[in-house]
Amino acid sequence: MYHNNCDFAAPPTKSMLTEWQLSVLVLLYISPICNEDENLSVAAAMLTRTSRLVPGARRLDPGRLLHTGSQAPQSLAAHLDNPAPDDSPRAVSRTSEKDPARHGEQHEGLHYNIPLQDMRTLFPHSLPPRFSMQVKTFSEACLMVRKPALELLHYLKNTNFAHPAVRYVLYGEKGTGKTLSLCHVIHFCAKQDWLILHVPDAHLWVKSCRGLLPSTYNKQRLDQPAEASIWLKNFKTTNERFLSQIKVQEKYVWNKRESTEKGSPLGEVVEQGITRVKNATDAVGVVLRELKGQSSLGGFRLLVAVDGVNALWGKTTLKREDKSLVAPEELALVHNLRKMVKNDWHGGTIVLTLSQTGSLFKPRKAYLPQELLGKEGFDALDPFIPILVSNYSPKEFESCIQYYLENSWLQHEKAHTEEGKKELLFLSNANPGQLERLCAHL
Amino acid sequence: MAAPCVFWGAAVSYRLFLGGRVSLALRQGVWKAAAAELQILRLRHTTGVTAKKNVAALRRETYTVDFIKKQIEEFNIGKRHLANMMGEDPETFTQEDIDRAIAYLFPSGLFEKQARPIMKHPEQIFPKQRAIQWGEDGRPFHFLFYTGKQSYYSLMHEAYGKLLDVEKRQNQLQAKGLFSEKTKTKDLIGSRWLIKEELEEMLVEKLSDQDYAQFIRLLERLLTVECSAEEEEFVQRFRRSVTVQSRKQLIEPLQYDGQGMAFSTSEGKRKSAKAEAIVYEHGSGRIKVNGIDYLLYFPVTQDREQLMFPFHFLDRLGKHDVTCTVSGGGRSSQAGAIRLAMAKALCSFVTEEEVEWMRQAGLLTADPRVRERKKPGQEGARRKFTWKKR
Repeated sequence: MYHNNCDFAAPPTKSMLTEWQLSVLVLLYISPICNEDENLSVAAAMLTRTSRLVPGARRLDPGRLLHTGSQAPQSLAAHLDNPAPDDSPRAVSRTSEKDPARHGEQHEGLHYNIPLQDMRTLFPHSLPPRFSMQVKTFSEACLMVRKPALELLHYLKNTNFAHPAVRYVLYGEKGTGKTLSLCHVIHFCAKQDWLILHVPDAHLWVKSCRGLLPSTYNKQRLDQPAEASIWLKNFKTTNERFLSQIKVQEKYVWNKRESTEKGSPLGEVVEQGITRVKNATDAVGVVLRELKGQSSLGGFRLLVAVDGVNALWGKTTLKREDKSLVAPEELALVHNLRKMVKNDWHGGTIVLTLSQTGSLFKPRKAYLPQELLGKEGFDALDPFIPILVSNYSPKEFESCIQYYLENSWLQHEKAHTEEGKKELLFLSNANPGQLERLCAHL
Repeated sequence: MAAPCVFWGAAVSYRLFLGGRVSLALRQGVWKAAAAELQILRLRHTTGVTAKKNVAALRRETYTVDFIKKQIEEFNIGKRHLANMMGEDPETFTQEDIDRAIAYLFPSGLFEKQARPIMKHPEQIFPKQRAIQWGEDGRPFHFLFYTGKQSYYSLMHEAYGKLLDVEKRQNQLQAKGLFSEKTKTKDLIGSRWLIKEELEEMLVEKLSDQDYAQFIRLLERLLTVECSAEEEEFVQRFRRSVTVQSRKQLIEPLQYDGQGMAFSTSEGKRKSAKAEAIVYEHGSGRIKVNGIDYLLYFPVTQDREQLMFPFHFLDRLGKHDVTCTVSGGGRSSQAGAIRLAMAKALCSFVTEEEVEWMRQAGLLTADPRVRERKKPGQEGARRKFTWKKR
C-alpha cells in the first residue's frame, strides 16, 4: 500500500540512499504492524516533496523521519516488554516481582511469592509455626513487602563491606511482623548469594534443654548437643554450596581418634558435628570462628540473623544436676553466638530481632530494646541501628484482607463488605498477628 | 316445742347480751314466736353504729368511721406540731416535708424500708373498710347485695349498660344511613389496664381471676366500638399510665476542649469495676485504656468484642476516639464497665431514636448481677455438699 503513495522522481545518490532507504525500510517494516496512518501520510508527503526537490540537499533531516519511524518501535517495545507489575485498580494484594532486590516503594503492601524450593532450602524448620501452617494450607509462601524490610534492604544494598559489620535490631510490639521481616531479608541475601547464619529462635537455646553436658573444650561451660546438632543440620541445608568452598584455617582435634586437618572444607566440620553429637557444640563454635575470620577476606558475604537475641542476655531456666541455675554465658552456644554478634569483623552484616514472646521473666508489654535486652545486652549491642516494626497501615491491612479473600480463607459472608473489614480492623487494631489469629480456623 | 325451747334459751341469752336493741325490734310490729327468733337471729348480725363488738367481724379488725375520723384529726394536729418543731409553716407543710422530718428525727438503719417509722395520712395506713351494707331494718342498701360481690357486679352492669347504649346508637345511625366506619386509633400506648390487685383495692372486694378477666374483656370490647366522651372517660378510669422508660435516660451534655473538639464523658460499672470514658466526636477508632492501647490491655478477643459492641451497633466503627480509665474487678468486668461508659457517652452524639434502640439492646442498662453470697451448710452459693448415703 505504501508503494502506491511513494513516488521517487529521481533515484537518490548513494550516500543518501542508505539513509533514505533506512527510513523507508523502517517505515515499511513498521507500517503493517502499527496503524499510524497519519505518520505514514506525513512521511509520504515529506518524501514526495523532498524527492521532487534537490535530491542532493539534505533539507529534511532524515533523523526526523527516523525519529517518527522509530517512535513506533519504541512504544511497541514498551507494550511488549511489560516490566511493571500487574496492578488492577480493585484487588491489589500481589505483585509478580519475585526478586527481593528489586522490591521498592511501589511494592509496599503487596505480597510476593517465594518458591517452595527456596523455602525448603532457606528455612528448614525455622519459620514461625503459624506462618508455616499458613504456607502449608495455601501451598504457597507469600510475604508482604513492608516498610521496615524495605528500609533494611536499602541499607544492605548500600553497605560498605570494608567497615565493621553493622548491627540492625528489629523491634516492635508483639505480633507486628519482626520475624517475617527477618525472613524477607534472609531471602534477599540468599538471592544475592550471601552465606546465611540463621538462628531461628535464640530462646530455644536457653530453656527446656534436656541433655546438658559439661563442655569438652572449656570445663566451666555447658554443652547442648541436641540443639547444636539440629542447628548444624539446618545450616548445612541452607549453605550447601559454601561448605566445600570455605577451607578451615586450623587443625581441630575432636578426640583421640578424630581430627580435622587444616585446609579441609568446612563441610567436614559440620559433618563431624552432626555425626558425633557429643562434639556438636564445639563444631558450632568452630564454624562460627572460621566464618568470622574468613568473611573479612572477602570470599563471601556473611549475614548473621538471630531471632530473639534478647535471650542471649536474659536469664535461663536451665539447672544443673545440683539444682543451681545456669547463667547464659555458661552455655557454650550462647557464648559463641555472643562473640559472633560483636561487630569486630567486617565483610557482612548482623540483623537481629527482639522477641518478648519466648522470653523469660520479661513483662508482657515490654518491647523496647532497653527493656528486653537489659543493661548488659544493650551495652554489648551498642551501637546498633534500631528499626521499628509497627502495625499495618490501612493500605497494608486492605492488602492482607484481599490476600485472604483471594485464597478463599475468609468464609463469612460479611468478610468482603466494608462493615466486615471495619470490624476486623477494630478487633485486631491492624496488628498482623492478631488479625491472623482472628481469621484462623477454629 | 322442744326445738324452739333451745332457741328460746339461746335467744334469752342474746337478749341479755344485746340489751336495748331487742326492745326497739319489738316496737316495730306484731311478732310471732318464730318471727321473734328470726328477728333475734337477724339482730345478731347487726353491727351497731355504736362501738359494739361484732362477733362475726372479730376475725378481722374493723376500724369504725368514728375511729378513722379521730385518727385523721390526730394526724392533722400532729402535722402542725411537727411543722412547728421543724420551724416550718404549718399551713404549707406537705407530705414530702413530713417524710423528711420523720427521717431526720427518727433515723433508722433498717434495710426494709417499710419497717422504718412513717407518718402518713390515716387513709393510706388503715385499709379501706366496707361501710355498713344494710340499714337498721336489716335490708341491704344495694340491690345486688345478695350476689356476694355487689361492687363488682354493679360495675359490670354499668359497663354492659354503656355498651348496649353505644350499640343502640350505632344501630340508629346505621338505620338513618349516617353510620361511618371511622376507626379512631386510641392512644393505648403509654397506659395499661389496672391489675387485679388494684381493682380489688378500688372495689374493696375480693375478686377471682375469671371475674377480673371478664371485666377487662368487657372494657376492651367497649373500646373497639366508637363511644362518646363519657364512655371514654369511664374506660380511662381503669387505665394507668406507664412512663416511657427512655425518657428517663440521662444524656450527658457535650463539652468542648481547647482545640474545639467536642467530647462527652460518662461512667459505667460492672460487678466491682468502675470505668470512666471520654469519647471524642471525631477520631479514627483509637481507644486508650489507662494510657495503654486497648489491644495490649485486653489481649483476649472477647473483651475487645465487648468494646466494639456500642460502636458496631450504631455503625460508627472508625469514627470516634476514646480515652478511658478503669479500676477494680477482673478483665471481663472491666470490659463490661468500659462498654457501659462508652455507650452512655455516645448518647450525646446520637439521635433520640438511636438512644431508644440502644436502651432496648441493653447497652445502657447496668448489669445488676453480683457475686452471690455463700451460705452456711452449703459449699457455695448454690452448690450443696456431696450427699453421702451413709
